[in-house]
Amino acid sequence: MAKYNLKVNGKNHLIDVDPSTPMLWVLRDHLNLQGTKYGCGVAMCGACTVHLNGSAVRSCQLPVSAVGKQAITTIEGLSANATHPVQKAWIEHDVAQCGYCQAGQIMSATSLLKDNPHPSDEDIDGYMSGNICRCGTYLRIKEAIKTAAKASKTQPQKK
Amino acid sequence: MNMENPKTYSRRSFLKSSALTSGGLMLSFTWLSGFRPADKMAELNLPEQWNQVTGYIQITSDNMIKIFCPNPEFGQNVMTSLPMIVAEELDIDWKNVVVEMSTHDNVKFGSQFTGGSNSVRMYWKPLREAGAAARQMLCQAAADTWGVPLAEVTTKAGILSHSSGKSAKYGEMASKAATIAVPKGMKLKDPKDFAVVRNSKKNVEGEKIVTGKPLFGLDYRVDGMLIAMIQHPPAFGLKLKSFDASQTLKMPGIKDVFTLKLYEDGFQQGGFDTRTFNDLLVIVGNTTWEVMNARKKLKVEWEQAGDVKDTLTGRGGKREVIIPGRLESSSNQLEMMQERAKQPSTVLRKDGDPETAFKNASQIIERTYNAPFLAHNCLEPINFFAHVTDEEALLAGPLQAPGWTEPTLSKLLNLPADKIEIQMTRMGGGFGRRAYGQYLYEAALISKKAKAPIKLMYTREDDMTYGIYRPMYTATYRAALDANKKLIGFHVIGGGIPENPVHANRFPAGAIDNYLAEGWEIPSNITIGAFRAPRSNFNAAAEQSFLDEVAEAMGKDPIALRLELLNRAKDNPVGKNNDYDAKRYIGVLELLREKSGWGKPENSGRKRGVAAYFCHASYAGHVVDMVMRDGQPYVEQVFSAVDCGVVVNPDAAINMVQGAVVDGIGNSLYGALTHKDGAPEQTNFHNYRIIRHNEAPKKIEVHFVENDIDPTGLGEPPFPPVFGAVANALYKTTGKRYYNQPFAVDMTKS
Ligand code: FES
Ligand code: FES
Repeated sequence: MAKYNLKVNGKNHLIDVDPSTPMLWVLRDHLNLQGTKYGCGVAMCGACTVHLNGSAVRSCQLPVSAVGKQAITTIEGLSANATHPVQKAWIEHDVAQCGYCQAGQIMSATSLLKDNPHPSDEDIDGYMSGNICRCGTYLRIKEAIKTAAKASKTQPQKK
Repeated sequence: MNMENPKTYSRRSFLKSSALTSGGLMLSFTWLSGFRPADKMAELNLPEQWNQVTGYIQITSDNMIKIFCPNPEFGQNVMTSLPMIVAEELDIDWKNVVVEMSTHDNVKFGSQFTGGSNSVRMYWKPLREAGAAARQMLCQAAADTWGVPLAEVTTKAGILSHSSGKSAKYGEMASKAATIAVPKGMKLKDPKDFAVVRNSKKNVEGEKIVTGKPLFGLDYRVDGMLIAMIQHPPAFGLKLKSFDASQTLKMPGIKDVFTLKLYEDGFQQGGFDTRTFNDLLVIVGNTTWEVMNARKKLKVEWEQAGDVKDTLTGRGGKREVIIPGRLESSSNQLEMMQERAKQPSTVLRKDGDPETAFKNASQIIERTYNAPFLAHNCLEPINFFAHVTDEEALLAGPLQAPGWTEPTLSKLLNLPADKIEIQMTRMGGGFGRRAYGQYLYEAALISKKAKAPIKLMYTREDDMTYGIYRPMYTATYRAALDANKKLIGFHVIGGGIPENPVHANRFPAGAIDNYLAEGWEIPSNITIGAFRAPRSNFNAAAEQSFLDEVAEAMGKDPIALRLELLNRAKDNPVGKNNDYDAKRYIGVLELLREKSGWGKPENSGRKRGVAAYFCHASYAGHVVDMVMRDGQPYVEQVFSAVDCGVVVNPDAAINMVQGAVVDGIGNSLYGALTHKDGAPEQTNFHNYRIIRHNEAPKKIEVHFVENDIDPTGLGEPPFPPVFGAVANALYKTTGKRYYNQPFAVDMTKS
């Protein structure tokens, strides 16, 4: 066991866990942040996606010992009341079916839009293909990402 | 809340009112009044009390309308669509409606089954009647208060009013309404006046989902809860011989390792009480990661289980079956099926004289289709919370059929049903998997033995290799054509491990004079169960692909041939026992032909395939446009036509059809679970291929046949025909027919 001072959603948390514990289980079991989901545990589904210093990572593959002072953002930290443009777009398109994958999809999508504010269809396919939706909501996810991109202030870059 | 004993409700009076202690009206209603005698679900011999009260509407004095959704939610959006039906007849503003999931109670709520594309279909009438009755009681309360005739009280969006200028919110009259007798024979709205139904409403849990609220079973936790996992045998046909947990028990956070029997010898299994492995090796600890890690340190010896005797009850009566002990591999599974197909089968239906028709045929087309086991792979792996003491049991988690598991649970725990509470969380997918409560029994037994609240968790690997799978199927179709290329005979013989897929009374039965359907089964120790549109998901692939070949041999357009046969079935059906309504089937094909622009030349390079199918009680068809992309088949766009009667929540319905299309493309091209010496060869998403973003079509255009038929269900019907349409598009794209699913794998073999 070892002590870690983690910065999650802007708050500091002191925890005492085995250094190999993936952030996924730290979040879910120790910090009671249940929004981040377990789907495969082997980086194949994206359900556990969170942001590490603003970029999407699979938290099932991120041992707590590797986090250090880097800031973690989870779905709970995106906005308090679904006001983030990506969350709004998700509601506008009524994307979810069972909803289980959607936190991971949203965390991937926000990271995509940060790096690439006006992604093409191919960009979206490429970036999002690590996130499985077993219910098959892929078309709506793509539409929602495009809507969120339009809502963003950045102008599309001329290619 | 002042609730009468629901047990006293008679079967006939399906609506009952009572007062809320806090002021207001509560109306309870049953759902079995929605059954027609012919409905399959009615054959399940549900206990008497399940016919009683199943749902509630509350109208509080502060004008909030709370509707309890009795059925568990797994993405089919019942938490939104069922309350919409109440709101329609109650005449309220959707804004004021709060929806809550009921807990499970066989006595109070009925079976609460989600599956079989039944929820909206079964609740449609009872929910409308409940809404209409509540509205009328509120009107009566207003009429009495104002001293005006009932007929003069009108409602609009939750407001009662009278021409004299008097008006009141529903909430103000709710307490008084609770004292009024429930009316009988209310007039329901004419469908043309629908104001809520047929108008898209957003998912009532949409905001909770996008903000990551703890909605799912895996999110359920209580203080002091322990995590439990089961170390199951690595192969079907093995059982636990011995184990050494000394290393495991030294690992941090580990509380205990023990064995449990799922069922005692001779236990009478109900229809949904599956048994995959009976001796469970269980590990219990503080946190998920600790248990996962420590489990790896278990030293376990397994041995061959040999043949096992199961005592089954439920449909089919009490009987003993022998589950063979052999360790199956995919290659010998196929050989076994080929061998078995040569033996005599059970005749399921025979019309006319098929033997003579085939003898006289000038051309016989014969094709064999195969499909593998499929794992459900709900994205939320199997899990359940249980806290069982000597006196009572609380269970919470994702479950499609709480009503079917509770009687078994009661026997296993030796507790009366009223000491068992099952709470239903939102499910991260179901697809039939969660109709089988085995994991809930496991959780309950573990909690009882561990004397602690526990969460049983399957890892993804457990979920995939310890499943209740879609069976492995095969079917041979034969068509006899005469010298004029007229279809004079049709023969299907289907079998599977361990279930025969044939639906003998479905199309094209009824459309061909000489028809024969046969089936056979091979018992197996691989546990199987319902998978989104059971059996149909295979039949639609085989039959719809076969009809395409028949059409080609006859020199006919595939849609034209289907319509020709369906018109025969409509005007002059063969036999009486045809499951489908040919008129609705025709309607779907005609709509599909029109919307997809079928038959018009296209220069896009895409090749088209079509298929349509009837299952459950609805009709669906798709035109699939395919290209080859980087050497792989890619479905670029899809046109879908569906007749499911009245569409309650159109946008959510479109979402569901789109999802079924994506699911169907994925499973037909990639889905497979294979075995080696009894062990599943796929263990996680690195080798079980699930369709991904870049493989989903760019466009799926969904059209519904517009009619006023009471809803007939939507979760499953659009799924099966996708397989057939993909097979047919693949032929047009590659010039070659593929007969073995998954097609993307079959393509690499030839
Ligand atoms: S749980 Fe981390 S990628 Fe699936
Ligand atoms: S909405 Fe169910 S897995 Fe994506």
